[in-house]
Amino acid sequence: MGKTLFHKVWDRHAVGKLPDGSTQLFIGTHLIHEVTSPQAFGMLRDLGLKVAFPKRTFATVDHIVPTDQRVEPFQDTLADAMIKELRKNCSDFGVTFFDIPSGKQGIVHIVGPEQGITQPGTTIACGDSHTSTHGAFGAVAFGIGTSQVRDVLATQTMALSPLKVRKIEVRGTLGPGVYAKDIILHIIRTLGVNGGTGYAYEYAGPTIEGLSIEERMTICNMSIEGGARVGYVNPDEKTFAYLKGRPYCPKGKEWDAAVVEWRKVASDPDAVYDDVKIFEASEIRPTVTWGINPGQGIFIDEAIPSPEQLPEADRSSAKEALEFMKFKAGQKLAGQKIQVAFFGSCTNARVSDFVEASKFLKGRKVAQGIRAIAVPGSQGVSKICAEMGIDKIFREAGFDWREAGCSMCLGMNPDQLVGDEICASSSNRNFKGRQGSPTGRTLLMSPVMVAAAAVTGEVSDARKVFAQN
Amino acid sequence: MSLAPIQQISGRAVPVEGDDIDTDRIIPARYMRCVTFDGLGEFLFRDIRQTPEGNSTNHPIDQPKFEGATILVSGMNFGCGSSREHAPQAIVRAGFKAVIAGNYAEIFFGNSTTLGLPCVAAKKEDLQALTQLIQSEPSTMVKIDLEKLLVTAGKLSFPVTMKASAQQGLLTGRYDAIADLLANLPKVQSMASLAPGAAAL
Ligand code: SF4
Repeated sequence: MGKTLFHKVWDRHAVGKLPDGSTQLFIGTHLIHEVTSPQAFGMLRDLGLKVAFPKRTFATVDHIVPTDQRVEPFQDTLADAMIKELRKNCSDFGVTFFDIPSGKQGIVHIVGPEQGITQPGTTIACGDSHTSTHGAFGAVAFGIGTSQVRDVLATQTMALSPLKVRKIEVRGTLGPGVYAKDIILHIIRTLGVNGGTGYAYEYAGPTIEGLSIEERMTICNMSIEGGARVGYVNPDEKTFAYLKGRPYCPKGKEWDAAVVEWRKVASDPDAVYDDVKIFEASEIRPTVTWGINPGQGIFIDEAIPSPEQLPEADRSSAKEALEFMKFKAGQKLAGQKIQVAFFGSCTNARVSDFVEASKFLKGRKVAQGIRAIAVPGSQGVSKICAEMGIDKIFREAGFDWREAGCSMCLGMNPDQLVGDEICASSSNRNFKGRQGSPTGRTLLMSPVMVAAAAVTGEVSDARKVFAQN
Repeated sequence: MSLAPIQQISGRAVPVEGDDIDTDRIIPARYMRCVTFDGLGEFLFRDIRQTPEGNSTNHPIDQPKFEGATILVSGMNFGCGSSREHAPQAIVRAGFKAVIAGNYAEIFFGNSTTLGLPCVAAKKEDLQALTQLIQSEPSTMVKIDLEKLLVTAGKLSFPVTMKASAQQGLLTGRYDAIADLLANLPKVQSMASLAPGAAAL
C-alpha cells in the first residue's frame, strides 16, 4: 500500500510519542518575523534556554514594516521597536536575518522560496497561518502560535497530532482570464471555510501539474482559508527547475543527490487518501468574494445568493455579511464601485503576478479617484520587476509602487482602508476589519481582476475589460 | 515546568454570539503592535465592543450583568483565520478560563490548549440552550468537567467533546509541551544531522 507525501514526511520527522499521545515532530526549517517572534524569544530568556539549532531558523520583517519611507528610525515608533527587537534577538541567538539592507527582505512566505530555503520533503514551521504556502514545493508546512515558536526555537520540534489527507484533484483546462486564485477561491467556496479542519490538502491532477510553481504557491497559500492547516503539491521537474541555483539550495553533487531524494518523497501512485474531491477546471470562472469570509464568493457573472439559498449552517454568517458589506442578495458584483485597489500579499505579489497584470495595465490608467497601491512581496521581486520595467508600467498607470511588505493585507502599518471603503484586493482574507478599518470592506479576487477594477473604478470582468489585449 | 492540572472550570459565562468568529475579530491586527502579550486583554473583541469613534456598543462583555464572567460561549468555527497567539492570549488576559463553542479552528485550539485555556465543543442545540439560559439568568454558575467532558448549568447538562491529547494534557498538567519536548533533546540532536532542510550559510 502506497504512502502520501504527507505521511512520508511525517514518519521521517517523528521523534517519538509524547505522554499526551501526540507526536514530537522535528522541524527542518523554521521561519520567523517581527510580530509573532518577540514574545517567543522573551519566553526563551525567561526559561534560560537557547536556540537549539540556530542555523535552521531564518528571519525577516514583513507585517508591520513601513512600505513607504524606510529610513530608520521609522516614524511609527512601534514598528521601529519591533525591527530593532528582532535584530537584537537574531544577533543574540545567532539566527540569519534578512534585514532591510540585505536586499533579501520581504514577506516571509515569498522570501523562503526565493532564497531556496523552502525545499521538498522537509517540515517547515512559521508563526503565521499562511505557512501552508511552502507546500507548493512538496514541503509539509505548518502555521504555529507563539508558544510553538518558542518550542521550535528551544528544541527544533513541536507537539502535533497527525492530519488526515484529502486529495483535491483538479482536471481539465482553465479558461482564458481564469487563474490559480480563482481555483482556490472556488475550492474554498465549495468545501467551506472549515471543510478542511483536521486535513492536509494534497492538490493534484493535470490542472495543478500544469500550473507554474508561483501559481501553486497561490493555491497552497489559501489552504488555511479552507480550514486546512497544511496544503501541498507533489514536487516535480518544475519544482526542481525553480529551485536550482537558489542561494540556500545544495550545489553540484549534493544537488543531484537532493533531487534523487526529492523525487522519492512524492505521494505513491497507489497512496491511500482519507478523502478525494474532484474539480473540473473548465467550470471555474473569475471569482470575487462578496462577504466576510473567503468562502463567500461568486463567479463574476453570478448574483450574490440570498441566505435562504445557502445551506443552513452558512445562513447566519451570510446575513451578517450582507449587512456588514451593505450588499443585497440578488445583486451582481460587476459594476460595484470601489475606492481602493490593493495589489500585494503572500497570495499574489510574486514576479509572475506583476508580469501578468502589467500586460493589461500597459498604456491604461487607474480610474479617477481610485487609490491603487502595488506592493511587491519581497525586495527580490521588486528588483526583478524594476529590471523588467514592470514597476514603471504600474507607476505610469497610476499605481503607488511600494517597498516590500504585507502592507494593506492586514493593515498593521499605515496602509489601511478608511471608513467603509471598498477594496479590490489580491490578498487572502476579507474578515471584518482585516484591512485596518473596522468598517472597511474587502473583495478578494485575482491580481488581474484587481487591475481591471483599478482601471474601471468598479468590479469588472477582466476578460471583457482587457479583451483587446 | 510542572503546571497545575486543570480538571474543572466553573464560573459565570458570557455569550459572544455568531459563527466563524475569526482571530481578526478576537484581536484586530492593529492591537498586536507589541513585543509582549501584556495588556492585550483590553483589546479583546475591540472592533465589536466599540464603534470606530470609541463609543461602547454595549457588547455582552461590557454589560454589567456579565461582569466577572470567566467562560466564553460562542458559535461554530470559533477562532478561524490567523495563527496569532495574541487571540487566546487576549482571551486569557481578559480573565477567561475556558471557551464553549461549536467547534474550533485547529491552530487556535492548539494555541489555547498550550496556554491552559480549555476549548470544549458542544452541539448546536446545547449551545443555543446555554446561551438562552445565561442571557436570561446571567448569574447561573456554569461548570465544565474536563474529565467527564460534561457541562452543567442550572438544570442544563450536556456532553462536550475535546481532542483526546488536549484533554489528557490539561488533566495531567502537561498541556504546555515544552518540558516533554526538552526531555528528548538528545534524540533530537542525533536526528538533526540526518533531517533535510536548508542550513544557514
Ligand atoms: S501578506 Fe498578509 S497573509 Fe501574508 S503573511 Fe503578510 S499579513 Fe499574513
